[in-house]
Amino acid sequence: MRIAIIDESPARAAVIEEGLRETGLTDVTLFTDRHGLVSRIEALAPDVILIDLTNPHRDELEELLAVSRAISRPVAMFVDQSDAAAMESAIDAGVSAYVVDGMKKERIKPVLELAIRRFNAFARLRAELDEARSALADRDAVDRAKRLLMKKRGMDEAAAYAALRKAAMDSGRKIAEVADALLTAEKLMGGL
Amino acid sequence: MTAMRIGFLPLVDAALPILAREMGFAEAEGLSLELVRDMSWATVCDRLLYGHSDAAHMVAPLAIAATLGLGRPPRPLSVPFVLGLNGNAITMRPDLAAQLSDGARPGDIAAIGRQFAMVAKSAATKLRLGVVHRYSSHNYMLRYWLMVSGLNPDRDVDIVTIAPPFASDALANGEVDGICVGEPWNSVAVDCGVGVIVAMTSQIWQRGVEKVLAMRTERLAAEPELAHALIRALYRAGEAFVDPARLDEISRILARPNYLDGSAELIAGAVSDRILFAKGQARVHVPDFMFQHREAANFPWVSQAAWLYAQMCLAGHVEPDSARYKAAKAVFRPDVYRTALSPLGVAVPGASAKLEGGIAHPTGVGTAQGRLILGPDRFFDGRQFDPEQLDSYLQNMPKN
Repeated sequence: MRIAIIDESPARAAVIEEGLRETGLTDVTLFTDRHGLVSRIEALAPDVILIDLTNPHRDELEELLAVSRAISRPVAMFVDQSDAAAMESAIDAGVSAYVVDGMKKERIKPVLELAIRRFNAFARLRAELDEARSALADRDAVDRAKRLLMKKRGMDEAAAYAALRKAAMDSGRKIAEVADALLTAEKLMGGL
Repeated sequence: MTAMRIGFLPLVDAALPILAREMGFAEAEGLSLELVRDMSWATVCDRLLYGHSDAAHMVAPLAIAATLGLGRPPRPLSVPFVLGLNGNAITMRPDLAAQLSDGARPGDIAAIGRQFAMVAKSAATKLRLGVVHRYSSHNYMLRYWLMVSGLNPDRDVDIVTIAPPFASDALANGEVDGICVGEPWNSVAVDCGVGVIVAMTSQIWQRGVEKVLAMRTERLAAEPELAHALIRALYRAGEAFVDPARLDEISRILARPNYLDGSAELIAGAVSDRILFAKGQARVHVPDFMFQHREAANFPWVSQAAWLYAQMCLAGHVEPDSARYKAAKAVFRPDVYRTALSPLGVAVPGASAKLEGGIAHPTGVGTAQGRLILGPDRFFDGRQFDPEQLDSYLQNMPKN
């Protein structure tokens, strides 16, 4: 089975490719660059094309699939058309697939399910990374705001933190937001 | 409040669902709309077909293609409301455009077509024209113009698909020689100096059906009141769209990052039918450029679906067949439109189909309620389309 993965995120494409190779599917080609995409796909003549739903070039690809002589009448599909829950999970994950006519359902299903799992895992990883990054940034702002209070108001660390926490509770904001506001004010007021 | 998700592509003619939400018309009907923006019609269509959205802004022929199962397993869609007529233009690279028109105002579309046919036939390499989707009114209107102008759209030129946001770039880097696309993408190409507008699709067909509101037929049957409420909200949004006093407000809403993420000034040009044909020219008022409300423009005439099906046959996208013709016509749902708008007391046509291209002068028509005058809906070659005479229409189109 020859598989093409079209994804503008090279990292995600690599994660899916790795998963396919682990299951013994080694005829996999990645396309991460839009340029000449349609003619390169036609030259490859894959049996299955995996593409993310937000890719802006799906319409171009579908045009190719409608007219191509090299690729045999592929249709857009999401896992098993008769399985509504599976289809919804594919769309939730953001992956779509084109499968050539005549390909057996039992051969396709594991490929699509793997793509969905990897898409979801990748999205989770990215969300965790974003969260970790913003947690780091928050902690940094709180630390700097504490040091500012300690220096300007002569507080000790515990009192500085308590002051930030009280201001946050009083105004219904997060401590990091209050810390940010304090740092911004300090910057604007130039130490007045 | 009932929540509804509506898919759309960032185009000026996605205006009515966006305005229905932002101007409170949906809320007044008890609907809380969530607009879901995508970058390809394929994804807008998939979300609708598989229940990720409740309704969608869609190129009209795609609703028919999805129903007939072209490129996807067939799933019946219904169109109870037309989101607008025309609003597209044909923009060519400046040196090519200079051989066709004066680049300042609308020219004689038939003469431009004949001239383009000469240029295309003598070109050293085949000219490439970009359209936004295989199953789009852009593709069918362009093909109609080329056919009537003496070209074979499959042999004499290459027609390729380009997503609207990339159309201007494709023109700039020589990937294509011309594009047929909706606003604001022609204006973007003109603004960058990479294209000149040579024609508007309203010159090819004065009242050409463009975007529609599509819903799953199954869903529409299960919850008709939901569709009716949405149709009323969209109708009110249409009234606001054509109110000149609200132009600035509308353009600013559409330009927001979560909608078109573009220039309010370029969007205002399209909304108010003031078109800039080439960089450095003055804007020209083209009265019929975009038609979003007047003359019952939102009414889904069955004959519009029939015309699109005829063009799909001419393009070889479907084999003419009476069962498929019937299924294609059934996609457009004037019955739902009438029921939805009856409480508003606004003018609604009594007939469900008409002779397309048959109105030369403003004409009063029979209505289910209210008074209605339809303006000229001519095709540029004067041909008429009678949905009862599909076979002879197909036979009589020029085969070049």
